[in-house]
Amino acid sequence: MTVIATESLSKRYPRVTALDRLSLDIGPGVTGLVGANGAGKSTLIKILLGLSPATEGRAAVLGLDVATHGSAIRERVGYMPEHDCLPPDVSATEFVVHMARMSGLPPTAARERTADTLRHVGLYEERYRPIGGYSTGMKQRVKLAQALVHDPQLVLLDEPTNGLDPVGRDEMLGLIRRIHTDFGISVLVTSHLLGELERTCDHVVVVDGGKLLRSSSTSDFTQTTTTLAVEVTDSDRHPDGTAAVRAALTAAGIVLHAGEEQGLPGAGHILLVEATGEDTYDTVRDTVADLGLGLVRMEQRRHHIAEVFHDGDRAAQAAQAAQAAQAPVAAPPVPQFQTQQKGAGSDGA
Amino acid sequence: MAPDTSTQIHNIGYRSYDGPRLGRSYARTSLFSQSLRGAYGLGRSAKSKVLPMILFAVMCVPALIIVAVAIAVPGSTDLPIKYTTYALTTQVIIGLYLASQAPQSVSRDLRFKTVPLYFSRPIERVDYVVAKYAAMASALFILTATPLLIMWIGSLLAKFDFGDQTKGFGQGLVSVLLLSLLFAGLGLVMAALTPRRGFGVAAVIGLLLIPYGAVTAVQGVAYNTGHTGAIDLMGLFSPITLIDGVQTAFLGATSAFPGGEGPSAGFGFVYLLVVLGLIVGSYAALMARYRKAGL
Repeated sequence: MTVIATESLSKRYPRVTALDRLSLDIGPGVTGLVGANGAGKSTLIKILLGLSPATEGRAAVLGLDVATHGSAIRERVGYMPEHDCLPPDVSATEFVVHMARMSGLPPTAARERTADTLRHVGLYEERYRPIGGYSTGMKQRVKLAQALVHDPQLVLLDEPTNGLDPVGRDEMLGLIRRIHTDFGISVLVTSHLLGELERTCDHVVVVDGGKLLRSSSTSDFTQTTTTLAVEVTDSDRHPDGTAAVRAALTAAGIVLHAGEEQGLPGAGHILLVEATGEDTYDTVRDTVADLGLGLVRMEQRRHHIAEVFHDGDRAAQAAQAAQAAQAPVAAPPVPQFQTQQKGAGSDGA
Repeated sequence: MAPDTSTQIHNIGYRSYDGPRLGRSYARTSLFSQSLRGAYGLGRSAKSKVLPMILFAVMCVPALIIVAVAIAVPGSTDLPIKYTTYALTTQVIIGLYLASQAPQSVSRDLRFKTVPLYFSRPIERVDYVVAKYAAMASALFILTATPLLIMWIGSLLAKFDFGDQTKGFGQGLVSVLLLSLLFAGLGLVMAALTPRRGFGVAAVIGLLLIPYGAVTAVQGVAYNTGHTGAIDLMGLFSPITLIDGVQTAFLGATSAFPGGEGPSAGFGFVYLLVVLGLIVGSYAALMARYRKAGL
């Protein structure tokens, strides 16, 4: 079953191309939509809700065409906007009940669903107090509750972790995960923070400048190859143990990554080794033992989604890895975003 | 939370909803009733009930006094003032009510950016505008028609002529219906221009009172200098004098214009056209306003 399908979907404003022949096929589960500001995320959501006509191409949500069935789609889909959208002078209960009725729920059902939903997002006694007095985290929960209250088949969450502190962020991500695992509702969540989606999503779609950069499951992103982080001690014979191991491993034909751990504490002493199989572990162990050094640690590192933004640099990186022994301090990873103004892409409709 | 929720006593888990979804027209009705209730502070904080309720009471008190006088004075055969005059006399109260409630109806949604939440639901732009417009007009109608109802019941208690009173009451109702539609439209357009509530209040008061003051002053000058033709012409430029002109021409009202003549039936037609034009224009302006207010 396909939840969201787009076919060479384009949206052009007089000056900006917000979406450029975007073709997507998103199944059930939690899907992350990653892109910088202005990458076309908000435009895509507007089109998916049937609120803004596409310039060309087609899109379908839950099997319904967005151009002709906007109202039916919005009845089955929940939407949590990025910005504040809550009136401060009413309580969360009153507000969510009203929003449930706006989604077509009869009065009694609206009340029951509101009580249930607010409990599920973690709002208890405070739900009877005016929203104006809520913390940012509580407001985010109310925003999430109004998107879920009519038991949609799909929710579109636009930057749900914006403005939250690390704990609030973790709680929100846990909640998003539960929306699918416990509630059985598919989720499309946008973010510009890749690390968040890595933990939460089954599938990640990367858009940049309105174009599809990459679409694959999170495990593809992070587990195609295993990277080992290796740290060794120094000895009298090898005052720089790290360099000695690097030279020995390169001689043994093992690929080392350069640069990616730069900027972290102790980064200069950690070698990133690409593990092609079980025997890589043995080779590392034997190499370190032969050199008479102590092995402080050898652990698996997952790839970070951030690396997809370096895809263009892959060739260069491979070349760099080959001469890794003299690897200089690489520049910190800079995602290859186009720096468009967000306003240009989202306000035109 | 453990995936297996069946073993937890207090957690009944997520229940999905299989009941009816009543769709777009139900959502529009819900928005209408929520906005209408909100116009009297119902479903909102206690503080926001104060002003509309006070204004509603102030609006009804003169009608009660009129009725009391009519019943108490022996030998009277009619109410001291006409049904159609009531709204003209109390126009300041109506203006204050509109100025306080039109911004709370539309500026709030704009200011707190609640509008995108509405448009992410089954309703369309036209539903939102129609529901808000109808709710504001109904709130004004309740405000202006209730005193007329009190007067009518009072006149029946005083055993005045039933036919005369009912006819006058009916004419009054048509007049305040037009007034409600006109004022609601103008008030909502002014309020929807700005997300700032204070500006909205000022704009509505300005729109109702400043033209009225100017028109009355110029009419007075025209009357004193003998240019009686200009009186009717000037009446077209303020909302309340428009209503005055229409009801004088068609609804048997006594005009509050200087000289008390008001427009003839022929010129009254121009008044009616301007009123209807303003109502349709307000609706169109609101539709245009919300074209860009989506997500």
